[in-house]
Amino acid sequence: MSAAGADPAPLLTLRVDRKVYRKARTEAVEAVRGLAFSLHAGEITCLIGPSGAGKTTTLRILLGLDRDFEGAVTPAPERAGIAMVFQDPRLLPWRTIEQNVRLGLPRERRGRDLDGLFASLGLGPWRGHFPGALSLGMQRRVALARALALEPRILVLDEPFVSLDDAAAAGLRGLVVDAVNRSGTCVLMVTHNVAEAIEIADRLLLVTPRPARLLASEPLDRRRSERDRAWIDATRRILATRYPDIVAP
Amino acid sequence: MALLARLLSLAVLLALWQGVSAYAEMRSLPAPSAVLAFILREARGGDLLFNVGVTLARVAVSFVIAMSLGVLLGIALGRSRLADRLLDTPLLVVLNTPALVITVLAYVWLGLNETAAIVAVALNKLPNVAVIMREGARGLDPGLEEMATTYRFDRRTWIAHVLMPQLQPFMVAAARSGISLAWKIVLVVELLGRPNGVGFAINYYFTLFDVTAVIGYSLVFMSVMLAIDALLLQPLDAHVRRWR
Repeated sequence: MSAAGADPAPLLTLRVDRKVYRKARTEAVEAVRGLAFSLHAGEITCLIGPSGAGKTTTLRILLGLDRDFEGAVTPAPERAGIAMVFQDPRLLPWRTIEQNVRLGLPRERRGRDLDGLFASLGLGPWRGHFPGALSLGMQRRVALARALALEPRILVLDEPFVSLDDAAAAGLRGLVVDAVNRSGTCVLMVTHNVAEAIEIADRLLLVTPRPARLLASEPLDRRRSERDRAWIDATRRILATRYPDIVAP
Repeated sequence: MALLARLLSLAVLLALWQGVSAYAEMRSLPAPSAVLAFILREARGGDLLFNVGVTLARVAVSFVIAMSLGVLLGIALGRSRLADRLLDTPLLVVLNTPALVITVLAYVWLGLNETAAIVAVALNKLPNVAVIMREGARGLDPGLEEMATTYRFDRRTWIAHVLMPQLQPFMVAAARSGISLAWKIVLVVELLGRPNGVGFAINYYFTLFDVTAVIGYSLVFMSVMLAIDALLLQPLDAHVRRWR
């Protein structure tokens, strides 16, 4: 458990002073105003905020997909060792599951042994199938496999468990936590499901409605294995009284 | 079942033809049997094979030229707004110029030779390919582009695994519509300025008012082109869509 600030060097620091969308013939929309945080090794950080709050915008900036903003990402996204799991799995439908995972790797590492990874995600029997043959939950697993195969320093997930049934979501959540426990990967997860975030996060970043601003950074100190239903509900109630606009009671 | 229906409709058509030709004058509508006899006679003499071969070669060469240039042009138009603005008008002009005009101009400017014939066919088909490919290149999935950027796909990987699979259905569509266009135009091109090929033969028999020969030649050539579509392009189409 590393509280922010205790760690000497963060893996990544993001600072967005302002991000405005300007389109011809429409009013400019300010998506983000003052959102800054650092990510540390072995820590799960959850970014929580209402829908449309600019969370996805923030992720796009962090990934280097959007460079038109006021602020800075250090180190530059392409050098930070980030692997991304998109909300819609974004697999290549014309390539098999195995090819999808291998193509995410740099050319010289494409031939590496992935048996262990496929087995740990329960994807072994599906390696030769096309993504279209899989359920959304399984496709998300493939997207997670593609990200984990890179052995990233930072794993970024955008609403990875949304529109999955409880069992599938819990399964996938367990796989992410396992990956962190095994290799000390740093995880940044965007979600609007507070209970889910409380269950696995080391730190919650609460974001206001648009324009997104960092409202609070809430560390959660209890060990993940000791977080039971009662503790999650209690924590959620405390947060709801403190931040009634963001956390529903 | 589908094949049976097809064969049945073909048989009905042939029977109808045979029936009508019995009443019509022999010279204006020969019976299927007479046409078949002509085809066999012409094939034995070697003329049929030679003329069909020459025409097929012209179709093949101009097809390859039009496809490769049209695909490149279409991708450029779909990916770059500037290229689209600059080239859209010329493309529309060529697209709407009658095949006959392009052919005549090609012969006038390049001379009555093989190059002119091939350029004429290719130029007639190229804008069509470019327009179809432009649609394909415009419709690339932005989500996959973002994925390819975050996973830092190198250029070769992007082309082979992201770009081409999205363009393949459009390429096959362009090829299939293009080949039927090319073989219709190539006959006109041959009629106007070549001393051989199916178009030349049809023109020759037309001056003799030999309807049997005209129908015979067009039937043979049509069958060859249909066979190419059924045996080559349709399986290709099924192959590029196999993941769906």
